[in-house]
Amino acid sequence: MWDYSEKVIDHYKNPRNVGSIDNADAVGEAGSISCGDMLKLYLKIDKNGIITDAKFQTFGCGSAVASSSILTEMVIGKHIDEARKITNKDIVDALGGLPPEKMHCSVMGHEALEAAIADYYDEEITIKDDEDIVCNCFHISKTFLENEIKNNGLKTVEDVINYTKAGGACGRCQGKIKEILNSVNNNQVNIEKKLTKTQLIIKINNIIEKYISPELRKDGGDIELIDVEDNKIKVKLSGKCQMCNRSQITLTHFVEATLKEHIDNNIEIIQV
Amino acid sequence: MTDSKIIYLDNNATTKVDEKVVEVMLPYFCEKYGNPSSMYKLGDNNLKAIKEAREKMKDFFGAKASKEIFFTASGSESANMAIRGVLSADKSKNHIITTKVEHPCVLNVYKQLEKDGYNVTYVGVNSDGELNKEELYQAVNEKTALVSCMYANNETGVIFPVEEIAEKVKSLNKDTKVYVDAVQAAGKIKLDVKDTQIDLMGISGHKFHAPKGIGALYVKSSTLITPLIIGGHQENGKRAGTENVPYIVGMAKAAELASENLEYESTEIKRLRDKLETGLLSKIYNARLNSSANNRVPNTTNIGFEYVEGELILLNMNDYGICASSGSACTSGSLDPSHVLKAMGVPFTALHGSIRFSLSRFTTEDEIDYTLEKMPAIIEKVTSISPYQKELNELKKRKGLI
Repeated sequence: MWDYSEKVIDHYKNPRNVGSIDNADAVGEAGSISCGDMLKLYLKIDKNGIITDAKFQTFGCGSAVASSSILTEMVIGKHIDEARKITNKDIVDALGGLPPEKMHCSVMGHEALEAAIADYYDEEITIKDDEDIVCNCFHISKTFLENEIKNNGLKTVEDVINYTKAGGACGRCQGKIKEILNSVNNNQVNIEKKLTKTQLIIKINNIIEKYISPELRKDGGDIELIDVEDNKIKVKLSGKCQMCNRSQITLTHFVEATLKEHIDNNIEIIQV
Repeated sequence: MTDSKIIYLDNNATTKVDEKVVEVMLPYFCEKYGNPSSMYKLGDNNLKAIKEAREKMKDFFGAKASKEIFFTASGSESANMAIRGVLSADKSKNHIITTKVEHPCVLNVYKQLEKDGYNVTYVGVNSDGELNKEELYQAVNEKTALVSCMYANNETGVIFPVEEIAEKVKSLNKDTKVYVDAVQAAGKIKLDVKDTQIDLMGISGHKFHAPKGIGALYVKSSTLITPLIIGGHQENGKRAGTENVPYIVGMAKAAELASENLEYESTEIKRLRDKLETGLLSKIYNARLNSSANNRVPNTTNIGFEYVEGELILLNMNDYGICASSGSACTSGSLDPSHVLKAMGVPFTALHGSIRFSLSRFTTEDEIDYTLEKMPAIIEKVTSISPYQKELNELKKRKGLI
């Protein structure tokens, strides 16, 4: 079972403010049934902009219901502009924490609140452009991911899955997510700008000596760096690796992966 | 919890260990603790105990000889030992056929083998979860090393015609080996491998009231396997490691008891399962039977509750002490809902809200009545939170309730 906090348990067992509001002043939706969770948030707002009532309906797990329930409590009595400042982190804190895999429930709460406020101000909600979709399983856009990575200080693909679900089903977009993470977190090492060719060759040789050659030598083979041109790293396999019919697999799954990990995701290995 | 009672309807996950099983195991911890390979009576008695247990397991499988039975530590180990063992023994072929609805402990082995260069064909099922046999037969070719098909599906209980499949596969390619994952069939229906073309069959003790941590693999005497665990001479050199005597003795007892109860399983447990199934379907308007196949193991039913989510249902059931499982993504930690229900094409309105109930010989009529009494209110509670009230109303209308 999940390690839910007392507060989460209380809120899914006795959810507050369940239902809909006829003539609501704002309605916000997030998620969908095909994705496994969906939240509909209704707000009643007086002429001074104070949220006088909030109700929710949720299709989702215990933590999705708890996130929605506590959100309604958090917004009632607040001015709409004050409510706008609530983040998914605030929802998590109010619940006394959520298991990492369930962080996306708080994000859904925040998304529904944003949608409701946009509805109130008659703002155009940015329509997700299909070009911009990174995760097709959950229909999640690049812009949304960039915001969540920034706001929650996400560092790894796993963080992104836990907070946004993106990459969590078929996993095909995980490479793209990694790229977005790199660009947002400015981790991207630009080969040409940061290192001279000589520096890069030394760095590659060090990695080969430390991580790659010892493994290949175990099987009676070895590898040699021949040249570096832009992002193309030319190498030559020697010993038993030369004749091995699995050498291409070794090159991509081991050599290239190791160098990518230590240098840059954009490099390409070429066997000469 | 509002009630301290436990209604355990999750017997496809694991079962209660039968007290009679514990009883026969106990002497092997502090009294008869010798190593079966030792040259004195304390050890030799254990060797005899294993021999007897192997004989009982032979009967349980319906095998020809007890030397065809190997003890393992789990259903997963049995699967790995069979699949990897048979593929390593003959490396001349690189094609494998399995089903889309195998248990993850089998599917993940094939995912790994794909990375190692094998081609794997995954055969689908129909909307009742029955195997597309023709699709399987069409996939057999001269490069097919292995056909791997489960006996009964863990989520739906649907039984696959493994004997017929083995026969047909061998007629298409006599060198293709056939592995049957019988983890969910063992103890629920009679196994009888001797006159079939099945080469290997794996089971797990804790699914039929033996403890966790013990399993068995049947390997037809003419079938070659390369061992996974190398070391001592145990298990005829096919699985090294000092034998887990108490658990081996325990599983053999559990197998004996299961065989004695097969009749009860197919009559009484089936009656209780059917009572639960029809009761839930008639009392709850947004309940939908995910597989109505006739050929199901007698203890299992899988019901989708439309427009509600499985974890929330289970959490609310837990308040009444009712234990079951869900095919929902949220309960597993992965974000993908059940691969079995997806392969069957269960609509997504019911996919995330699917609950599997699985009974055992310890399930009582009172427990089924209690579950039938509590479930409608539980589902009503979680349904009242759902944002799909319009769709739910339409469903009610279609069923003539409003």
